[in-house]
Amino acid sequence: MKPVQRSWLLSLVMGGVLVSGPLAAQVSYDRILSASDEPQNWLTYNGDYSSQRYSGLDQITPDNVDDLELQWMLQDQTFGAWQSNPIVVDGIMYITERPNDVMAVDAVTGRVFWLYRHTPSEDASVCCGANNRGVAILGDKVFMGTLDARLIAIDRINGQPLWDIEVADVNLAYSITMAPLIVKDKVIVGVGGGEFGIRGFIAAYDADTGEEAWRFYTIPGPGEPGHDTWEGDDWAHGGAPVWITGSYDPDLNLTYWGVGNPGPDWNADQRPGDNLYSDAVVALNADTGELVWHFQFTPNDGYDYDSVQVPVLVDMDWNGVASKLMLWANRNGYFYVLDRVTGEFLSGTPFVKVNWSSGLDENGRPIPTPQPPGSPTWPGNQGGTNWYPPSYSPRTGLFYFAAWEDYATIYEKEESIYRPGRSFLGGGFTVLAPVPGAATIGIGRTTPINNWTDEVGHGTVMAMNPHTGELAWKFEQFDVSDSGMLTTKSDLLFTGGREGHFHALDAWTGELLWKASLGGQIVMAPITFMVEGKQYVSVISGHTLVTFALRD
Amino acid sequence: MPPFTRYTLVGACAFALLLASGEQGRAQTSGDHQYTSADIEAGSRVYASDCRLCHGPAGARVDGVDLRLGQFRRAVSDEDLREIITTGLSSSRMPAFDLLPAELDGLVAYIRAGFDPSGVAVKVGNVARGQALFEGRGDCSGCHRVNGQGPRTAPDLSDIGAIRTPAALQRALLDPGSALLPINRPVRAVTRAGETIRGRRLNEDTYTVQLIDSDDRLRSLVKADLVEYEVSRTPTMEPTTLSGEEVADVIGYLLSLRGMQ
Repeated sequence: MKPVQRSWLLSLVMGGVLVSGPLAAQVSYDRILSASDEPQNWLTYNGDYSSQRYSGLDQITPDNVDDLELQWMLQDQTFGAWQSNPIVVDGIMYITERPNDVMAVDAVTGRVFWLYRHTPSEDASVCCGANNRGVAILGDKVFMGTLDARLIAIDRINGQPLWDIEVADVNLAYSITMAPLIVKDKVIVGVGGGEFGIRGFIAAYDADTGEEAWRFYTIPGPGEPGHDTWEGDDWAHGGAPVWITGSYDPDLNLTYWGVGNPGPDWNADQRPGDNLYSDAVVALNADTGELVWHFQFTPNDGYDYDSVQVPVLVDMDWNGVASKLMLWANRNGYFYVLDRVTGEFLSGTPFVKVNWSSGLDENGRPIPTPQPPGSPTWPGNQGGTNWYPPSYSPRTGLFYFAAWEDYATIYEKEESIYRPGRSFLGGGFTVLAPVPGAATIGIGRTTPINNWTDEVGHGTVMAMNPHTGELAWKFEQFDVSDSGMLTTKSDLLFTGGREGHFHALDAWTGELLWKASLGGQIVMAPITFMVEGKQYVSVISGHTLVTFALRD
Repeated sequence: MPPFTRYTLVGACAFALLLASGEQGRAQTSGDHQYTSADIEAGSRVYASDCRLCHGPAGARVDGVDLRLGQFRRAVSDEDLREIITTGLSSSRMPAFDLLPAELDGLVAYIRAGFDPSGVAVKVGNVARGQALFEGRGDCSGCHRVNGQGPRTAPDLSDIGAIRTPAALQRALLDPGSALLPINRPVRAVTRAGETIRGRRLNEDTYTVQLIDSDDRLRSLVKADLVEYEVSRTPTMEPTTLSGEEVADVIGYLLSLRGMQ
């Protein structure tokens, strides 16, 4: 190559560096701590430690949202439901695709800088698809949990792996599908495998070395408090996975995590007791992993009511007193308000039809009303809501989440024998259908045609007033929705659904302001960010990551 | 917000009651259309002594034949089964069996019940007679299309024998309301321009609906452009008035429809 061409090439490269160079500061813990001060970025899975998914950006407004236009699309080349949630740092997006690819993408053009591919062990077992929900970032490293239960640190500039450690034994069907959470100098992850008889845990690793700093088992071992909520050796394979990213309160130094179902899933008789800490939220000391408090939503669950919802942390008046609260719409059909300092139950109200329980007692414990064999249980197995990230807007004071209405299942229980690494289900379920043999809602969309119709359940965006447990408004969809929520300072609510419609709603009224038919199921939460003064909104529909901004 | 309220919820609850009261679809069918549990019981004994050696305990040991699931190489109707059992098949190793009429009925019942002593054994009649009824007095072909013939108003039945059990077909004939799949419910829409469109849904979402209208046209309607939109729980089809024998014949014909081979 001639020298002149080389220097021409060099200046191109330099030019590229210059574009992002002045902004390319390291992502320090302090920056994550104050993530809401830089709304141009989306620094964690849930936007910031409060997990409110509320953005301070307000360039896109109810008045101009009609001017949104397509900026770019990025096609997933691997296929399958794409549940990943991008993070954006200084104009660069980090996104995962199935099963364990990480990409660094120019957030303005959608062009890819690098792709890191981890091929999980063939021994990996997951209940519900080769999902990965995204990465965490700290300093110059990006962190990804893998389907074969490893945690990998990757250089965020060149995509090279820096360390790669085993979090748990893949042969016992442990997996990681969640995006990790960074707190201080540690990377925190939980493990999946609730359908395979794992013993769940949350663990923290030194971000520099990958060395384990602490581990909290979500099922107490012999001699630990709560162990007596299990009989015999049920605890050793009782599930209680953690597969959705938690939250963090820096003032209390507490990190909060939702815990999944006990196993076997559908035969509660086989594991008598409350089965702590399954279907609970746990508050852990972020430095030590020590349990500070817990609150169990569904004791001795036989319905697969994982409590893996995102803990949403809100500071607001409660009965006239400034309070640190946690808002929680649970898969079991109840909406809860908890005191996040103590774990005290403050209120709980059903947001969909509930018949597995007749109500909550003064401590928030459900009064069980199990249905006779063959009769339907509301909400059905996928729950009144599920892992779909909610949002809270401090401007409207409303809590937004995706609910499934008119959806019930008929459970069947059977005795299951635990065999390491194998399915441990204790029965099964069928979706209540209006006519024998009718199509019903599946775990995801596999066809663009809806032949099950709204008669077996439909999706609703709910806007909940946390003080009353009543809805300010709701927005109904024909099919169900696994989409998360995003609110903005300009009082927009962005969300999607399985139909592939991407909607912008008025966060105050629920009025539909704008929509785009993107053609594939939306099974993640939209995000927003800003680069060089232009606000973008990104969402994944089907196999395509789509980014919008206002027309220039 | 979508401008349409939901009106189908009551029906979902009604079905819950049905479920709670036991297996739907059994109680409402009369003896003319299906075999008795005594027939099935008798058939299980005949099967054990005469058939199990070759066909196997699950009825699937012979290539291309799964007696329990109702998959046969040639037979469609009960008559066909009787003939093959009593005369054998020279082209295969199936011998002829000399059975009493009651034993023969029992064996057919046991096969139709899917080897389940508590199962439902729907009678499957003669294909040719069934086709004549389908196209004639049964008045099926006025709405249903088969192998490229007939209107598209109701679902195309060209492959219905491959996707429905005899029990499901019987239910659809005797009590169409209990068998009508949600997506097939008749819809009526009135546009702002005053056009009334009737048809059958192919797909629906929050904002639009896709259907085949009564003139066999594919239509995609934007709900916001409609002044009325109704999905009826009442099927266009009435419960059949055919006799038990005739229903069995129509089921036989429907089971012979296996799509493009």
